[in-house]
Amino acid sequence: MTVLTDLTVAQIRDGFRAGDFSAKEVAQAFNANVAAAKALNAFIVETPEKALEAADQADKDRAAGALKPLSGVPIGMKDLFCTKGVQTTAASHILEGFTPTYESFVSQKLWDAGAGMLGKLNLDQFAMGSSNETSYFGNVISPWRRKDGGNAALAPGGSSGGSSSAISARLCPAATGTDTGGSIRQPASFVGISGIKPTYGRCSRWGVVAFASSLDQAGPMARDVRDCAIMLENMAGFDPRDATSLDLAVPKWEAGLSSNLKGKKVGIPSEYRVDGMPADIAKLWDQGIAWLKDAGAEIVNVSLPHTRYALPTYYIIAPAEASSNLARYDGVRYGLRELPDGANLQDMYAATRAAGFGPEVKRRIIIGTYVLSAGYYDAYFTQACKVRALIARDFEEAFKQCDVLLTPTAPSAAFALGEKQADPLAMYLNDVFTVPASLAGLPAMSVPAGLSDEGLPLGLHLIGPALDEQIVLNAGLAIEERAGFVARPDRWW
Amino acid sequence: MLRACNASARGMSVDLNTVKKIASLARLAVSEAEAEALVPELNGILHWVEQLGEVDVTGIDPMTAVIPNKLRLREDAVTDGNVRDKVLANAPQAEHGFFAVPKVIE
Repeated sequence: MTVLTDLTVAQIRDGFRAGDFSAKEVAQAFNANVAAAKALNAFIVETPEKALEAADQADKDRAAGALKPLSGVPIGMKDLFCTKGVQTTAASHILEGFTPTYESFVSQKLWDAGAGMLGKLNLDQFAMGSSNETSYFGNVISPWRRKDGGNAALAPGGSSGGSSSAISARLCPAATGTDTGGSIRQPASFVGISGIKPTYGRCSRWGVVAFASSLDQAGPMARDVRDCAIMLENMAGFDPRDATSLDLAVPKWEAGLSSNLKGKKVGIPSEYRVDGMPADIAKLWDQGIAWLKDAGAEIVNVSLPHTRYALPTYYIIAPAEASSNLARYDGVRYGLRELPDGANLQDMYAATRAAGFGPEVKRRIIIGTYVLSAGYYDAYFTQACKVRALIARDFEEAFKQCDVLLTPTAPSAAFALGEKQADPLAMYLNDVFTVPASLAGLPAMSVPAGLSDEGLPLGLHLIGPALDEQIVLNAGLAIEERAGFVARPDRWW
Repeated sequence: MLRACNASARGMSVDLNTVKKIASLARLAVSEAEAEALVPELNGILHWVEQLGEVDVTGIDPMTAVIPNKLRLREDAVTDGNVRDKVLANAPQAEHGFFAVPKVIE
């Protein structure tokens, strides 16, 4: 008998259309998995009734012959997307209880396409983190464990750690993520799933709680490349309410999938071979090169000379934008208010923000405020914006010689919770391979490619030129077909 | 100008008073202990980002748009409004159709 929660988005969609099962059966099966997985802490709010409601509609639509692209498919929604009538917190205390009176563009598109919501997924607070340890609502736990006989709780990656954990544990077949410096790709790599950050501007930021507006971009996470293509088609699109939304037709990415890379050139950036790269990751990268050759691609060596400056650039620009964006949390219009006895307005602002933001959010607000302050603006912020232009130019030059770049997704497999908490810098280094594409606004994806020496998933990372999500998906598919990644976590939760 | 900027950024480090000043600019109440803990953390991060000063950016304009995109103009028409209750729905304190705040003028 088919285990419905083992099916991919495409299999659910097609099986539902073929009449193999009802949407209600699918929703019930995933609702049951969600309810039984509290130990993972992947959800902040569960919405089984929403999933059932969408399923009932899908069953009616099928009977009426009015199927939609995602009819019958329940998904998870990262709790950074505003959902009308359902608490939206960005995993923060300051937004605890905030119930939007409107729906984000991306989530509305998904509901219009027939998808149902299983719940709001946990994340790093305001999407700031790489391990999901900064959530006010507790750590998300990865369903994976090391093959060392120990039971160390592992990080699901971040910031979309609820999304990655839930998909890997079969609590949902797909979920939304957002990526500012790697927050879709690194968690996908940590749990052995796929995730794509499209070109900046493909998915509207309207209704997504802002972190760093010039970098924030929504994208899908799912178990395979096809599912990412299906989801992205139903998330992307022009939205006049986002000033940086791209007014372009949404390509038919699923129909365009092809793992034949004949005539394509794959670039290998030498600067990504960083000192101290673990042997298993270096080996997997070489394996990826061999797979893409086998798919017909020609391999070329390219140079991205400013790669080593990407992380410091990011850690100026992202906190600067965050300090500005998060100024809105003032205890006046929405969210928490802390009003000590006798406090005036200024005291209320400071007390509210002190009580409502976690330590990592405060740290970034303070760094951002510092680099934007009089006397330091040019030395830090303007300089970072110039280096960012050079990083983007490196990619432009590289894409004159190749069609897509192949790198590892993360510098390590999943680490244990608590392992990197003490040193913020050590945590930031996790994003070394993902941040450059974010700074340049390029489409990039992680696909599961193998296991580490400890038996944990490792991802390979594909970066494409602006607007060419198709080559990223296609090269991802070529790896997926050859990697044959079927490993999944043993159920302990 | 750039040289001067680099000179001012390099080797700079924040002290306890600077941290308190920045926190106050950011409207974040910090305890003495929190401020003290932030000093080495911020210095570690700032020291690390200061390596950007060594990049030659002669003739490079700061990036303003990551993907070239025209800033659109829209019709000068009312497209929203009459949603006062929705706007106030999540306010910690709403009174008589307004956001209420503590006394501003003594």
